[in-house]
Amino acid sequence: MSKIEEVLSHYMEGHHESLIPILQDIQMTEGYLSEETIVRIGSFLRMSTTKIYGLATFYDRFRFYPCGRVHLRICHGTTCFINGSSAVVAAVREALGIEPGQTTRDGRFSYELTACMGGCNEGPMVMVDGEYRTHVRAEDIPEMITKLKAVADLK
Amino acid sequence: MQFTIEVNNRSIRAEKGETILSALNRNGIMIPTLCRMAEFTPTGACRMCVVEVEGRDRLVTACSAPVEEWMKIRTHSPRVIRARKTIVELLLANHPDDCLYCERNLDCELQRLADQLQVRERRIRGSKIKPRRDQSSPAIVRELSKCILCGRCIRVCEEVITATSIDFIGRGSTTHVGPAMDRDFNFSSCIHCGQCVLVCPTGALHEKHYLSEVQEQLSSDNAIRVIQYSPLVPWALAGELGVKYNRDFDRILNAVLRKIGFNKVFLSGTGTDILITELADEIIKRRKSGEKRNLIVSACPAWVKYCEQFFPELLPMLSTLKTPQQISGAIIKSTVTPDGDSHRIYTVSVTPCTAMKFEARRDSMTRKGISDIDTVLTVRELARLIVLYGIDVSNIGPEAADEPMALRSSASLMAETAGGIAEAVIRSLFMKEGNREADRLAVKKLRAAGSFREATVTEGGVTCSVAVVDGMKGFEKLKQMLDGGTLYDLIEVMACPGGCVNGGGMQPAGSREAVRQRARFVWQTNDQEAVRGPEQSASVAALYGKVFEECPELAGKTLFHTRFDRRDVLL
Repeated sequence: MSKIEEVLSHYMEGHHESLIPILQDIQMTEGYLSEETIVRIGSFLRMSTTKIYGLATFYDRFRFYPCGRVHLRICHGTTCFINGSSAVVAAVREALGIEPGQTTRDGRFSYELTACMGGCNEGPMVMVDGEYRTHVRAEDIPEMITKLKAVADLK
Repeated sequence: MQFTIEVNNRSIRAEKGETILSALNRNGIMIPTLCRMAEFTPTGACRMCVVEVEGRDRLVTACSAPVEEWMKIRTHSPRVIRARKTIVELLLANHPDDCLYCERNLDCELQRLADQLQVRERRIRGSKIKPRRDQSSPAIVRELSKCILCGRCIRVCEEVITATSIDFIGRGSTTHVGPAMDRDFNFSSCIHCGQCVLVCPTGALHEKHYLSEVQEQLSSDNAIRVIQYSPLVPWALAGELGVKYNRDFDRILNAVLRKIGFNKVFLSGTGTDILITELADEIIKRRKSGEKRNLIVSACPAWVKYCEQFFPELLPMLSTLKTPQQISGAIIKSTVTPDGDSHRIYTVSVTPCTAMKFEARRDSMTRKGISDIDTVLTVRELARLIVLYGIDVSNIGPEAADEPMALRSSASLMAETAGGIAEAVIRSLFMKEGNREADRLAVKKLRAAGSFREATVTEGGVTCSVAVVDGMKGFEKLKQMLDGGTLYDLIEVMACPGGCVNGGGMQPAGSREAVRQRARFVWQTNDQEAVRGPEQSASVAALYGKVFEECPELAGKTLFHTRFDRRDVLL
């Protein structure tokens, strides 16, 4: 049984209210919502894929491309912004050569901007694979990325 | 229960349970609306219809708030007008300023509102939406930068057509309307019915134009230009051009088209007559062989695509006959040039439909790479062509259309309303089965309101049961009946509610009542015309008696048939 079927087995067919929980589960297990997944959910819930895609794009949590092996979340909340998160984002963009939400061609990295992560006195915050890094400065980024490349290669 | 409310310091009567807007409108007070559509539950999203209610801090949306007994309303106070004006200014802030070059110039709801509220300067500046023009569909063009996100197209697609091909994608400033996975239209489950085009307040959704193609051919030396038009086109065109319609206009149109430069003018109605004849023959054939199987009319190309993608299991029930437009197209390409150089013929078809544009491009509608119909125009486009070629329709004499498709029966006009094909086939069937008029009362059931209708007509021992789906909303009921094992002699499905009279290429009707009014016009004309069925039409007689026999391509009538396949799109 594929991961998607495993997730769907916990839900009732045709119940529209299960849509968001299903999407969340698949986002957790797969890391992203593929086109095939959305079509499968559509036939499971008897909903139009258009509706599912429209709803999923409303929420930042859902991705439509696979994550990189190392995934960065950069806080773009008010306090981190004042503390210079824009410079951090610019540095990451330059180091990786991709836009937020995209994944590098080699599949090593992806990053996204998030709203406040609750560490306002420690900003700018960057979350690397679920682990917080505090007081990140733009000039730290190149070194951080080099180190993380090794981490990505081990995965 | 009625009670009195106070509006602008005057008393008006209001009905319990109605909205503020309907109470105001009934008493002659007009309020601008934008996201509102008649006969839909209000969303109150655009805030255009706000009014001031005494005792409430915030402005109230008149389209969605129920009227209450104590209400004191101000509909055009400075505060209200300022709010409405600001909304329009905000909508214009990121709107491309290309009204002069826009499809909907002078016919745009946003433009009209800006004018009514006297927006004369740009007070709010926003960054423009990145232009994105989706021309992938053969029928409908999306221009995302002109979209004001009112959501009307989405609601029509979901609630009326039930195809649910478009939805809001994204959030905040990046929100836009599009099909699943933000693909282009040609990959989507869009059935090209064009109902979204009818409700779009701006130029964000419109039919794909083929006028430049037509102009090019009109100035070509080599081409034999042939045009055919649907039975409803003269009436719709008169409305579009702003002239009063009378029965002469049908024949005036022939002269107009010749003046533009078309070599031959045919009536698609003859194609409809052939379709009706063939359908009646098919039913009789099935009767004789004792075959009991549902027969679904395939004359609505939007329905056919709907069936191909959502219910491929029903495809075997679909009649293999082409639509009237394509039947006429096959005849034109086979007979107009006797020496067989059909590549010189350029065929244009004018219809009240946008899905026909898609249909003409189907693979199975071509022979040796040559399409039977080269270009499909909507009524709106033809009106533009006539204006462009500077033809004064009020100052031109009537002419007859060309043989072999010069006449149509009133049955073919009936086919433009939902239930019309079924009624026409029944009429034809009883004429063939013993020269009887079908029971008028029983047939009348097919003209009733409601999205699913059935009728069983018995006359002289012959029984015929038909079902009509009037707008895809009624399809659910049909599906239940089919799943329950009900057998009909004929099932007619029309994707647009009301049928072709409410097609995507017509002027927007605005309400169900207005659509019904158009249907009433068709029924009235039907009662007045002498040639009631294809059996009485001289054109049909000549085609069956002579033309088909003499033309080897048409003799077997295989050209009138096509096939439908399962279609894989993102549903």
